[in-house]
Amino acid sequence: MTSAPSAAPEAAPLQHAHGPGSPVPVQTRSERFASASHADFPPVTGRELEWRLTPVARISDLLDGALDGAPFPATVSPAEGVRVEWVARDDARIGSAGLAEERAAANAWSTTEQALVITLTAEEAVTVTVDRTAPDATPRAAHTIITAAPNARGTVILDHRGPARLTENVEIIAEQGSDLTVVSLQEWDDEAVHLSSHFGRVERDARLKHVVVSLGGAIVRVNPSVHLAGDGADGQLLGLYFADAGQHLEQRVYVHHIAPHTVSRVTYKGALNGEGARTVWVGDVLIGRNATGTDSYEQNRNLVLSDGTRADSIPNLEIETGEIAGAGHASATGRFDDEQLFYLRSRGIDEQEARRLVVLGFLLEVVQKIGDADLEARLLGLLEDELAAVEVV
Amino acid sequence: MSTLEIRDLHVSIETDQGVKPILRGVNLTISSGETHAIMGPNGSGKSTLAYTIAGHPRYTVDSGTITLDGEDVLEMSIDERARAGLFLAMQYPVEIPGVTVSNFLRTAKTAIDGEAPALRSWIKELKGSMEALRMDASFGERNVNEGFSGGEKKRHEIVQLELLKPKIAVLDETDSGLDVDALKIVSEGVNRVKENTGLGVLLITHYTRILRYIQPDFVHVFVDGRVAEEGGPELAERLENEGYDRYLTGSTVG
Repeated sequence: MTSAPSAAPEAAPLQHAHGPGSPVPVQTRSERFASASHADFPPVTGRELEWRLTPVARISDLLDGALDGAPFPATVSPAEGVRVEWVARDDARIGSAGLAEERAAANAWSTTEQALVITLTAEEAVTVTVDRTAPDATPRAAHTIITAAPNARGTVILDHRGPARLTENVEIIAEQGSDLTVVSLQEWDDEAVHLSSHFGRVERDARLKHVVVSLGGAIVRVNPSVHLAGDGADGQLLGLYFADAGQHLEQRVYVHHIAPHTVSRVTYKGALNGEGARTVWVGDVLIGRNATGTDSYEQNRNLVLSDGTRADSIPNLEIETGEIAGAGHASATGRFDDEQLFYLRSRGIDEQEARRLVVLGFLLEVVQKIGDADLEARLLGLLEDELAAVEVV
Repeated sequence: MSTLEIRDLHVSIETDQGVKPILRGVNLTISSGETHAIMGPNGSGKSTLAYTIAGHPRYTVDSGTITLDGEDVLEMSIDERARAGLFLAMQYPVEIPGVTVSNFLRTAKTAIDGEAPALRSWIKELKGSMEALRMDASFGERNVNEGFSGGEKKRHEIVQLELLKPKIAVLDETDSGLDVDALKIVSEGVNRVKENTGLGVLLITHYTRILRYIQPDFVHVFVDGRVAEEGGPELAERLENEGYDRYLTGSTVG
């Protein structure tokens, strides 16, 4: 393997003319430069719009270095109506939902030797868990494609553990009439670094529920883009994160309403505790000029549990048509609500338990929207562990 | 038999304009089985009294005492007061996202009793109380007060009153925002708890309407941070006819 990225695949449907160095500044979110080739992106300085809130000095191996492009370990739980295969990089499905928009994603794109393709075909809802445990801290690349065939239903949980240094792309396609839930659960070891770009395409009357849960890892940056491409497509984007001391958890969410009568809801909630706990949420919503009758709402809420933390929360809304049903956004970052604590304590619940309930409740509001009882119970357990590890004051 | 005694209570709050005295020497004694109505115009300090008894941090006790069966309530934390047997039904119960009603009620019951309730009898008790207050069983899975109407919030307060079985309860404008049907349901709930547990009630209200359904033994007229007049139920009737005007000769608390 060499540090030079190999040739890009042919399929590049979202490639655009306004590249870096173009005299026209990028105005609209959909016009952001995209390419499968690492060499098309200039070196990252940390001043770029998409990198300025990320500790880029600590991820130079993933931005610029040689990556191991062999298949990233993945153990897929067997289920009826689910096809699992590893395909070569010239497979036509690669690039069908999106294309890398920054250097680390392009580095992964051009290095990955094979893509893991998971296809749900059954109308009977299934749950597939993909255990992705990194064996060591070798910088690696990965490419995953998750597809729900027309009218198929199911949930795919990408479960991440170990000391990874991973940059990857995940393509998600919800075909016509399908109902797909994709969960990316980051339970990485403390020192892990994970940069992940998700590209979702939701077709006519299909529904994609996309969930990002980031709890472990030193630097975790999961950026989901979802294109609501067909009439009546529905995108629910949920996120949950808990940053402890020194952790950097970032998520840049982008919802593109392309077709009419599409609906999106973006709800990300996070808690920060400890010196240097750091979170970033950027939420871009673009309602295209053909996307009449759309309904969108995005919100991010952060609960600050101690001094020494920083949460960035940046909602952006672009609307290119006047004929929409609704569009709104909200962002709030704050400490405990004293009135909530008073209410609980006035019912005999002691202060520590009341704080625990408020934090847990704050985060569980997102968990409750996932709609998978087993996963919800598991996430509750993980959040209880997070809370047990910190003295909430 | 329990007694809540309030003696010469002076309470102030911090405002942008400095410290502002609200209560100016309140004396009250409430015993088990008794219902005391506290009536008064807006700004007379009624809610301040309620929140001071419950221990809300916004209010500073400058002097005076509150005791429950001789124990110093002012020395207790908010949750210790609740565990000692005090309860405040709030005028504006807050929403608690992500905490379901059933989880909240079980956690509170466990805290008050010092042990988790036996599952079967607890479920039965919960179901019975919710039914009696015309709350659908589905409320158990909803988040505390989230999306509840004004009336649902008040009924939820009375469910808590019934399940937590305090010795003395303060009902802070429980009648506000209720239509007549909801007022009857809530009042019946309070009367049922009184009958079953010998609860002592401090009923704070601006209007006499709720007193048709919950009969007071004593009526205290609250003006300018202290009790201006005391009497039996007949005093409420007089207030119904005459209003608070004759008490409002001097300055009032804003």
